[in-house]
Amino acid sequence: MESRQLYQEVILDHNRKPRNYGRLDAPTHHSEGVNPLCGDHIHLDLALEGETITRVGFEGQSCAICKASASMMSAVIKGRNVIEADRMVAGFRALATGHASADQMTELGRLRVFEGIKDLPSRVKCAVLPWHTLHAALHAESETTTEGDADPIPGSA
Amino acid sequence: MSMIDVERLRGDFPILGEVKVHGRDLIYLDNAASSQMPRVVIERIARYQCEEHANIHRGVHHLSDVATTAYESARSTVRRFINAREDREVIFTSGTTDAINLVAHGWGRAFVGAGDEIILSEVEHHANIVPWQMLCEEKGARIRVIPVDERGELDLDAYAGLFNERTRLVGITHVSNALGTVNPVREMIATAHARGVPVLVDGAQAVAHEPVDVQALDCDFYTFSGHKLYGPTGIGILYGRAALLEKMRPFKGGGDMILSVSFEKTTYNTIPHKFEAGTPPIMPAVGLGAAVEYLSALGLPAVAAWEQSLLAHATERLTAIEGVRIIGTARHKAAVISFNIADVHPHDVGSLLNDEGIAVRTGHHCAQPVMKRYGVPATVRASFAFYNTRAEVDALVVAVQKIRRLFE
Repeated sequence: MESRQLYQEVILDHNRKPRNYGRLDAPTHHSEGVNPLCGDHIHLDLALEGETITRVGFEGQSCAICKASASMMSAVIKGRNVIEADRMVAGFRALATGHASADQMTELGRLRVFEGIKDLPSRVKCAVLPWHTLHAALHAESETTTEGDADPIPGSA
Repeated sequence: MSMIDVERLRGDFPILGEVKVHGRDLIYLDNAASSQMPRVVIERIARYQCEEHANIHRGVHHLSDVATTAYESARSTVRRFINAREDREVIFTSGTTDAINLVAHGWGRAFVGAGDEIILSEVEHHANIVPWQMLCEEKGARIRVIPVDERGELDLDAYAGLFNERTRLVGITHVSNALGTVNPVREMIATAHARGVPVLVDGAQAVAHEPVDVQALDCDFYTFSGHKLYGPTGIGILYGRAALLEKMRPFKGGGDMILSVSFEKTTYNTIPHKFEAGTPPIMPAVGLGAAVEYLSALGLPAVAAWEQSLLAHATERLTAIEGVRIIGTARHKAAVISFNIADVHPHDVGSLLNDEGIAVRTGHHCAQPVMKRYGVPATVRASFAFYNTRAEVDALVVAVQKIRRLFE
């Protein structure tokens, strides 16, 4: 598919005006995600009350796909608990690699705008990086990358 | 000097006529990463495999002689191409990276010690940084860096000031892969030789684009790759001055690099064989020989003239687009343009150019120190070959304008 189809207004808009952009005061959770292949690099801060994500902030240098994915993710996970957030991470990863179930598709809602990424293998990691970083932040990993064991499409480097 | 008849020459490259991307003709502007192969090279490789292949330097049978002759005559062809004095100064390697590693191990481990210094430039490819860092780590030596200015030109005064009695080697790229700068290597070699320091030149981005004469340059080592020279992957060249090569230790041990072996003592073969352990990439070497013959017949002065006209045209048109910044504006450049579009990440640009059938490289180009110097995470790089046309440059410009509007 042409990548132009992916650069829809919703993605361009989130890239131009990312939601929840900036670092948090007193985050309870943090992680830093890096895609060494293209240099995408984001910091993700979370503030949890009990099991609920109450505040989200992200910052970094990245392509439009990564930034829009982070922006939309930040909006969607606010108010969700850790179990729900983990389920969305799994759902988004499945979407990006073309394996999402019908239930996952329903839960992803507006995030389905990223469905076409599965046909652009060199860009899958861009979209997945923020989700990956979310998973790392929730599970006390201070750094993560899209390479090695965590590679969503092994061998794609 | 003959002129390049680009339309006729494009017919020599099967891939340029056959590949469609999203239904559009391929516009291949990623030649600095790897160039395409003309039919004569593809056919030479096929002929070698169909009619001439056997292992070399050992059999007494017919095919072994034919294959040995094919392999060694490729070495002679390369020797003439770079004007080395003798065939034995031309070592076949798997590529530029392998060639630099060979020098770092074979020469560096013998002649670099604790407290010694190696001078490299700020614009080196990782292939001409990391092997030296590994050597320095092992030996307790250190790297000194020649700074580059805003345009992408090396600071030659600072360079001269880096030498001292501990300087053991200078490693510089002939042409910067990320910026396109053609470094004044001849002058820089003279500066080093005046202080008795040998120089390795990374010629990976140079040999396909301008005539290279290792004797005129007076370099001690010169390295390049076959696949950026219209030949196959898996083959590259280390040129080394015979006297230096003879003093070097072998890098890899094995068959073909020995004169005699016993469990008590092994006597190494003479150069170049001392550095070509094991069965070499015979077919790629033969292909490289054919590629060099093809390019020599075209004439590098004509190739350079055409590529320079493409560079000038692309620079003028891209500069005229608001928001486009060209990174690397040295006075003397090869046909490489690194650029960014304001507020658009290079990775997005690369994907959207691909929609138009345009192949460019995006990323750090294995030159992260260069990206850091210019304060960018990555760039878009268009790199031209003699088979590119003005119309292709114009298509790039139109596509860049379109991407800019999309992100406005």
